[in-house]
Amino acid sequence: MNGVHDMGGMHGFGPVEPEPGEPVFHARWEARVLGLTIAVGKLFGNIDARRHMIERLPPADYLQFSYYEKWLARLMSSLPEEPANERPMSPSEMTAVVRSGRPTLREGGREPRYCVGDRVAARDLNTEGHTRLTRYVRGRPGVIARLHGSHVFPDTNAQGLGENAQPLYTVKFRARDLWGPEAAERDTVCIDLWEDYLEAR
Amino acid sequence: MSHDHPHDHDHDHGHSHAHDAPQNPYVEPRRTAEENAVLEQRVEELEELLIEKGYVAKETLDEIVRTYETDLGPMNGARVVARAWVDPEFKARLLADATAAIAELGFGGLQGEHMVVVENTPEVHNVVVCTLCSCYPWPVLGLPPTWYKSPEYRSRVVIDPRGVLKEFGTTVDESVEVRVWDSSAEIRYLVLPERPPGTDELGEEELAGLVERDAMIGVKKLQ
Repeated sequence: MNGVHDMGGMHGFGPVEPEPGEPVFHARWEARVLGLTIAVGKLFGNIDARRHMIERLPPADYLQFSYYEKWLARLMSSLPEEPANERPMSPSEMTAVVRSGRPTLREGGREPRYCVGDRVAARDLNTEGHTRLTRYVRGRPGVIARLHGSHVFPDTNAQGLGENAQPLYTVKFRARDLWGPEAAERDTVCIDLWEDYLEAR
Repeated sequence: MSHDHPHDHDHDHGHSHAHDAPQNPYVEPRRTAEENAVLEQRVEELEELLIEKGYVAKETLDEIVRTYETDLGPMNGARVVARAWVDPEFKARLLADATAAIAELGFGGLQGEHMVVVENTPEVHNVVVCTLCSCYPWPVLGLPPTWYKSPEYRSRVVIDPRGVLKEFGTTVDESVEVRVWDSSAEIRYLVLPERPPGTDELGEEELAGLVERDAMIGVKKLQ
């Protein structure tokens, strides 16, 4: 969706202000929200569905809420009414999940259409659903820089329409092709794009 | 921490940046004590409810928090970088398959399932962002700092990377390519900074002590 979360290239937010000696959490509730999200996140669907929940916050809320307030809003938005039908994960089971993660690389899948060095363009797609195709690359020409194998496709996975695993590429764009002649001549932006986001140039 | 007056510029930054740039009136990440108290209460109730219904165990939550507060952080990434500086074969494996090489040091898992390490050289300076949310390599850097998650950083570093780097006190010569990595998929990026000059005599552990988080994101160079 063309949401406020898709921030690359926007103006008006002011300077970046690092906080010296920043703690991991600024308040206890932030730590508990992180823990709850990792522990019960699957209640709200896969990672793509969960990201889409954040993107669909009212735009003013999205901008005003801190990071963990957005996560809290997601937790509050779909609390289960029924008791759990299995026992909760133990600390050691949870540690195993944190340690192994949830890989999105899939075996098989279709043959990659593009090779490193191929000239492509990001398609100008405007889905209302979840997508990782940022606005700032749409329609712009780039070059395939790396192939990462077949990965779960967020656009379908977020909507429960299947993983649709497909080739994922790093595509390199010249800064001037994205931002015009004011950009530094040598600078580039590399972004990871699935095959369905691309067309040959 | 809490700030009663949200725009107090009482901070003591070791660098200069554009204080005359407009403040975004919509973004205020800090909360007053009263606001935090309300949030504490709300989250406590939420936690109790989920425990009562059997979805989560309190000791499991405690363990997750402990892990992210103490086990996972930039000290892990620093060990990866220091090893790459002293061991050329490890560095070659790291650049070829970072996930496997990082696992050799015992790191991996959530938000680091598919790692790529990008090397700074005299020709290329790399810097990492996630413009769409705040993707970050948790196993090697821990949870991201607030500035990395901010609209300020996410919006600007792709369109004005040199301006953002300058705010961190980092100047990159015009002859050097600034390469921004926007983490739009599940690939997580770690910058391998250039080894600082005059460190030939240092061992791996001492070198790891020199590696700052911000250099592994790419907004700083190591001196």
